[in-house]
Amino acid sequence: MNNKDLLNLIDITVSFEGFLALNKLNLNLKKGELRAVIGPNGAGKTTFLDVITGKVKPTNGEVIFKGKSLVGRKEHKIARLGVGRKFQSPRIFENLTVKENLEISVTTPKSPLNLINKSIKDEQLNEIDRLMKIVNLAQKVDSKAGSLSHGQKQWLEIAMLVGQKPDLMLVDEPVAGLTDEETDLTADLLKSLSGENTVVVIDHDMEFIRRLDSNVSVLNQGTVLCEGTMETIQKDKKVIDVYLGRPED
Amino acid sequence: MSLSKIKFDKKIVLSFWIILIALIIAAPTILPVFRLNLLGRYLSLSIVALGVDLIWGYTGLLSLGQGIFFALGGYCAAMYLQITSSSEFPNNIPEFFALYGVEKLPFFWEPFRSPVFTFFAIWIIPALVAGLIGFLVFRNRIKGVYFSILTQASLLVFFNFFNGQQKLINGTNGLKTDVTQLFGQMVGSESMQRIFFWITAILVIAAWFFAKWVVKGRFGNILIGIRDDEPRVRFTGYNPVIFKTIIFSIAGGLAGISGALYTVQSGIVSPQFMTVPFSIEMVIWVAVGGRATLLGAILGAVFINYAKSLVSEALPASWMFIQGGLFILVVTALPEGVLGWIQGDGPRNLLQRFGLKRKIETYPSLEVNNKEGNNE
Repeated sequence: MNNKDLLNLIDITVSFEGFLALNKLNLNLKKGELRAVIGPNGAGKTTFLDVITGKVKPTNGEVIFKGKSLVGRKEHKIARLGVGRKFQSPRIFENLTVKENLEISVTTPKSPLNLINKSIKDEQLNEIDRLMKIVNLAQKVDSKAGSLSHGQKQWLEIAMLVGQKPDLMLVDEPVAGLTDEETDLTADLLKSLSGENTVVVIDHDMEFIRRLDSNVSVLNQGTVLCEGTMETIQKDKKVIDVYLGRPED
Repeated sequence: MSLSKIKFDKKIVLSFWIILIALIIAAPTILPVFRLNLLGRYLSLSIVALGVDLIWGYTGLLSLGQGIFFALGGYCAAMYLQITSSSEFPNNIPEFFALYGVEKLPFFWEPFRSPVFTFFAIWIIPALVAGLIGFLVFRNRIKGVYFSILTQASLLVFFNFFNGQQKLINGTNGLKTDVTQLFGQMVGSESMQRIFFWITAILVIAAWFFAKWVVKGRFGNILIGIRDDEPRVRFTGYNPVIFKTIIFSIAGGLAGISGALYTVQSGIVSPQFMTVPFSIEMVIWVAVGGRATLLGAILGAVFINYAKSLVSEALPASWMFIQGGLFILVVTALPEGVLGWIQGDGPRNLLQRFGLKRKIETYPSLEVNNKEGNNE
């Protein structure tokens, strides 16, 4: 652990009635880093995000974010500390318009009194405009989010994530169901976000991960199998065995 | 939302206003006092229905215990009326106490000597009770059907308590208000009932504006967010517990006002206000009128209850079948309620089905036609 780290996961173990979803997982993230996390099904990728965002309490271990422990904190408190999350399938508010969705994400402070008393600040409206341009939804401002296409929903959720201005962005399968072109654009978008923000991307799509051009952590059976650039990973024998596949059985 | 739809909504709202104001002005002159009184009662029920719409239609909390808060408001009003009209009875306390040999006023009656206290108690006490119950339930993340069961269980607890306490609040007999005095007049008198009708009508409109103010803008959007995907709201940094507690408390306060108005116009408050069927009926009014429309809650409460009294006069004992049928119809054919159906282009679709109206082919209509995946 050193001071440049934004996030440290130390010996995280999560046990679901005896089944170890995570097993002494250690992972450190530097500020401004872009990190891809891959692993076969059931490797614990989503549980790993659940632990950071407070949805699942680890049986053992410690999560340190900006020098503070996150274990035992409520989800909304962790979100306010600066951890944002994009879910696997797009989770947006379908009965609200695109703009209303973004309003929910950019609004601060997120207290009932502020929401009911005051109208939205100008700088927040500007931020919404900026985000809608980035994700190409400017023409859809007043459409119900439920009427968007799948790709647009994914992008709206990414825009909502960015609008929350988190220090750490956790992005779960952002390109599932997107076209190749949309996938490339998403990769570029995520790359442009890192540097200022710290981004963790979980995905299966190897082309997409390669395009991110970042460090990769391979998860297997609840623990980090291997870490390094895409080239190192692809040459690693253990990784090839468990993930990239070698005809067996 | 397409332009034509916005205009359509405005037309509905405007015509509603014209009809409503005309009705309110005309009602006291054209309706016999008996009917006027019924209308007043049903209008007061529409306030509790507005609360149900806020918590259920907007926030997704199906409470089957709104009768608690409704009755609490009613009891507050009735206690004040009884105590201010008790000067000619033994010990200067309400008459019923003598039946049970009570000679001293129970302590919690004392503050109800004050009209100012009562004025605030009618809505603040139910709101506080709702807030407390709500906070404990929501903090423990109890939701969905468990929440409904819990509210119904609370209702039964309150019912049994009020039903059994003869020495405190006259138990199952309830508290009568029609023979009490207010400002030197009998509460049950014709002139007083007229005044109560006006007050009710004004308060319904005020409650409607208040509810609209609550759900408009970002606060209302968070409520809808909680209804549709609560964990997502949490991960965005909002604490749903606080939002749900606030809205449940608001609904409780509205129920209290509603109960007080209903009590003074029906002449009595009793534990019957806290029976299970009555609280379920409140939900039915909103379901039939249209969830998350506000207006639907008001119309549902007034029309269903008026229909109930008309039907019961003509064909006694048939109402339960009709009400049940209405509910089945709404659940199966009009899941968005009558108003939701009208706003969702229902009439046009129906006409189309009979070949009476040409399909509109403008682009905006294509856009709003995405109904999949909405509402659970």
